[in-house]
Amino acid sequence: MSISHEEVLRVATLSRLAFSAEELKRLEEDLARILDYVNTLGELDLAAIAPTAQVIPLVNRLRNDEPAECLPVAELERMAPNWEDDMYRVAPVFEE
Amino acid sequence: MDLCSLSITEARQRLGRREISSVELTQAVLRRIQDVDERVHAYITVTEETALAAAERADRLLSEGVDAPLLGVPIAVKDNICTRDAPTTCASRMLTDFRPAYDATVVGKLRDAGAVIVGKTNLDEFAMGSSTEFSAFGPTRNPYDLDRVPGGSSGGSAAAVAAGEALGALGSDTGGSIRLPASFCGVVGLKPTYGRVSRYGLVAYASSLDQIGPFAGDVQGCAELLSVIAGHDPMDATSLDWPVGDYAASLSTDVKGLRIGVPDEYFGAGLDPAVESVVRSAIRQLESAGAEVLPVSLPHTKYALAAYYVIAPAEASANLSRYDGVKYGLSEDGADIWEAFAATRGKGFGIEVKRRIMIGTYALSAGYYDAYYLKAQRARTLIKQDFDRAFEKVDLLAGPTAPTVAFKIGEKMADPVSMYLTDIFTVTVNTAGLPALVVPCGLAHAMPVGLQLIGPAGSEGRLLNAGYAYEQLTAQAEWRACRPLMTAENAEIAEEN
Repeated sequence: MSISHEEVLRVATLSRLAFSAEELKRLEEDLARILDYVNTLGELDLAAIAPTAQVIPLVNRLRNDEPAECLPVAELERMAPNWEDDMYRVAPVFEE
Repeated sequence: MDLCSLSITEARQRLGRREISSVELTQAVLRRIQDVDERVHAYITVTEETALAAAERADRLLSEGVDAPLLGVPIAVKDNICTRDAPTTCASRMLTDFRPAYDATVVGKLRDAGAVIVGKTNLDEFAMGSSTEFSAFGPTRNPYDLDRVPGGSSGGSAAAVAAGEALGALGSDTGGSIRLPASFCGVVGLKPTYGRVSRYGLVAYASSLDQIGPFAGDVQGCAELLSVIAGHDPMDATSLDWPVGDYAASLSTDVKGLRIGVPDEYFGAGLDPAVESVVRSAIRQLESAGAEVLPVSLPHTKYALAAYYVIAPAEASANLSRYDGVKYGLSEDGADIWEAFAATRGKGFGIEVKRRIMIGTYALSAGYYDAYYLKAQRARTLIKQDFDRAFEKVDLLAGPTAPTVAFKIGEKMADPVSMYLTDIFTVTVNTAGLPALVVPCGLAHAMPVGLQLIGPAGSEGRLLNAGYAYEQLTAQAEWRACRPLMTAENAEIAEEN
């Protein structure tokens, strides 16, 4: 099985990844090889098997609802690439 | 006396008797790093200043008679585990200048136990890889042969311990990332039960599989580290509230009656005959000491790797969506926010990380979810059932860690699938959430081979006992005389080469 050029472009958009033309060509070949390998799962009859998402016997464990310290705003500012008036500055999300 | 070759236990004893100081020991380790790390490249960051301050503090406490499990012992930490006083890069251009706002729970526990953190070790970017070649800062080299890989993704941690650049280290294991480097570098490495050790502050790769664990020169050191880092943490909802043992104190060499299963599927095609022979001989040693060895079958083993390479990338594609250039890390400009995201991520991530994000996104996208992700999760059930059945008959399983010894640098870089196949005997364990221990068991092609012991959930104590028994049985074995090029006695030979 192989993956079409258009499909690779679609997945790149979904992944929010910019690629050079050269990278994209290599990826097309790599993804086809990896998917071929992964498709060996098709040999198994899995229709009646329940899926496993996690392996520990724990569900919905919450911490006690007690106030605790949270990260100081100054720490967030220290780490932020673009910061203005106690807010993250980002590129436009909507067209004007 | 070469202080860098001390085991954690020996170092603790000498420190406790005040025969050596933590500052002396830490300085010796820092000197070793200075001498060899240009060639080995186990470290991304060496925290000399804070290490010496921690060592001075440890000496003060030791002189006051204070006792703590790792007081004054130099330990390294994989660079995907958050440290508030040192950068945490994940070996990625995305996080080159990232300094976290908090310590991971395990780092806090190390500090509380008195450990001296000497630095942050190299890894495959975001822990995705089997050779430590996918680091944005260049590969780590195997201390036994600098032309070979140390295994991955915790290659820096394993190489640091092997070369005497730390007495112990923490790594993380999502598909074999502690066990493979332990095997390739001839050190002991433990992947604990999923949930045994808090993941708070471990940079997430595949959250249903990731687990932090220790490396040391011997089983006892690994046991001491595990007792320090294990335990429930309210900051990690998946951490188990099972009791944590004093694993080192309860080590015993008694394996009489221990039922060891040998999975047929771990000795099939692809396994190097020289590796097989060393591993089989290790199992015979345990048998001659009184263990009962039984054949078992894990029939779905061959599908585990395929399931893993859907599940892990799927989880990775979601986890790594946080790297958007807004809150921290690399940030590139774009005409709008979508272009800025793509530019940041396109520049910040290396090729293997991009491959996995792409595979994961594809497997989770509309029209493919059932064919890939759901199918892999169903296969995961079968793999777990294989282990459940085996553990009805036996107490633990024994087999190889990897099909080969450490391969040459560059050998598998062009073919992702051949690189992935390195993990064929290790991913099964993560898929089922089980603990597994790797102990050095001999040499093949003059390179270390690790015996992998796998147990049911919560059986770390049993695994460490079996590993300890094996270590004691083979304490005088000839192959143990073969030491990495980087240790003091071999330093001159390494220089000549």
